[in-house]
Amino acid sequence: MKKSMLRTKNLVFEYIRRDEEGNVEDILRALDDVSLEVQKGEFVAILGHNGSGKSTVAKHINALLSPTEGAVFVNDMDTQDEEHLWDIRKSAGMVFQNPDNQIIATVVEEDVAFGPENVGVPTEEIWRRVEESLTAVGMTAYRTHSPNKLSGGQKQRVAIAGIMAMRPDCIILDEPTAMLDPVGRKEVMKTVHELNKIEGVTILLITHYMDEVIDADRVIVMDEGKIVMQGTPRQIFSQVDKLKGYRLDVPQVTELAYELKKQGVPMPDGILTVEEFTAAYTAVKAKYGQGSV
Amino acid sequence: METTRDLQECMVLDHVNYVYGEGTAYEKHALRDINLVIGKGEFIGLIGHTGSGKSTLVQHLNGLIAPTSGHIYYRGNDICAAGFNKKELRSKVGLVFQYPEHQLFETTVVKDVAFGPKNMGLPQLEIDMGTFAALKEAGVSEELYDASPFELSGGQKRRVAIAGVLAMQPDILILDEPTAGLDPRGRDEILDRIAQIHAEGNRTIILVSHSMEDVAKYASRLIVMKEGSVFCDGTPKEVFEAYKDLEKIGLAAPQVTYLSEALRQAGVALPHNATTLEEAKELLLADWKGGIR
Repeated sequence: MKKSMLRTKNLVFEYIRRDEEGNVEDILRALDDVSLEVQKGEFVAILGHNGSGKSTVAKHINALLSPTEGAVFVNDMDTQDEEHLWDIRKSAGMVFQNPDNQIIATVVEEDVAFGPENVGVPTEEIWRRVEESLTAVGMTAYRTHSPNKLSGGQKQRVAIAGIMAMRPDCIILDEPTAMLDPVGRKEVMKTVHELNKIEGVTILLITHYMDEVIDADRVIVMDEGKIVMQGTPRQIFSQVDKLKGYRLDVPQVTELAYELKKQGVPMPDGILTVEEFTAAYTAVKAKYGQGSV
Repeated sequence: METTRDLQECMVLDHVNYVYGEGTAYEKHALRDINLVIGKGEFIGLIGHTGSGKSTLVQHLNGLIAPTSGHIYYRGNDICAAGFNKKELRSKVGLVFQYPEHQLFETTVVKDVAFGPKNMGLPQLEIDMGTFAALKEAGVSEELYDASPFELSGGQKRRVAIAGVLAMQPDILILDEPTAGLDPRGRDEILDRIAQIHAEGNRTIILVSHSMEDVAKYASRLIVMKEGSVFCDGTPKEVFEAYKDLEKIGLAAPQVTYLSEALRQAGVALPHNATTLEEAKELLLADWKGGIR
């Protein structure tokens, strides 16, 4: 039987703005009845435009925010139960957008060691974990380097290694590639997939780059604080118009197949890659083309 | 939009070199023998790996950095010559930095945009007219004029920052990754607005970008930088035709270019590779119709 890693139950969160006297000026409902579940070992992506509530969900999972209504469970621990706070943060690590805000030490290996050292892991064990974590993200060659000489993608991998050193069951990545160039983006996405496949870490990836979600097990689309779509990447990307309505995009090949279909070329829905497009187009052409109509 | 290569109207870079920290242990040759003519009214996409010299190059264009050797001419005058009016150059060559919203500081949108012209010591009427024209050109809607710039969404803030530069009436508008961190719709809105500024305002646009899809769609000329040199310079079609060379320097072509190549290898007789979605659609529809008969 599959085990639940993360679960939110009818989660509601409101940002309350107050004036100088403390009277409520404005209430913004950032999350509205969000119920989702992520199983151990899954790779789930959350898509949504800026302000759709996806980061607010992420901040609830390692108890940076506390629900206004509803509940959030990590490994069946309630995030509102202060007794479990440290255990929750140890089992659900978080990686943010800007790598420069997450690195604190002057040497890569010391940065990775910072987390376990803080929770009192014995020295020998710390070094073992640093070694393993740097290997997992492919950064062992840089262990004695200064982080400020690294590229954005490398810094982000060091930040991920720092989380891995805490031995988490799950990593939540909040737009980890938004500030990186194409090469850095590829490095980070490759690392994240390897952690999921090889180390068995559960991944919750928040992004608005569509090409980063096509390899996920499941995709959740958020809009105005609600979950509006959920399914496999193929199911989600079959609905081009709906996604565009939520201010999102689809990969170029997906959109092209969709546009051709509208013009009467019988292309299948939910094409995700160049290879799929090529196979589908040559197949429909062989079936209908070359004078057969 | 008229493009003119009359040298009196252009920006000319002649054997420009730039060395950071010359004579120190950190010496770095950031620009190597750059020779370029930037014609009036061009829409140029400037691409290259992080660290390839793109930012150093654009900072030369408005005189923020002076070349170590070589010359830069603006409308026939050497911008490094004694007596050259750098202040005027900086209003004529407007630079919108990365994350320009970090530079907003005034209490209202209008005041923020008026800051530049006010600093130039223009009469009040001219300041006001320039400010409103710039706000309109950048697509800032009227109800936001008196709002605090800090209350706006990411895309709106960015338009205000662009308006602040447009208020100086630049001939050349340089934008350093203007879509970084925006969601897909926000990205399209900013790029469409930039295309409109180009078409209507008689301005040269230089767009620094990591997105090959975006430069393919909007620019008529691409300059690719590699390790401080110009790696190639041509139309998007010419540059992306050599996508294998781009891959060697850590860049790539748009997805539809790879798709055209894959289709041709699978026996679909496309006359040439596509660089934009629209073009791919036209080529494939023509192929489809030709095939059915």
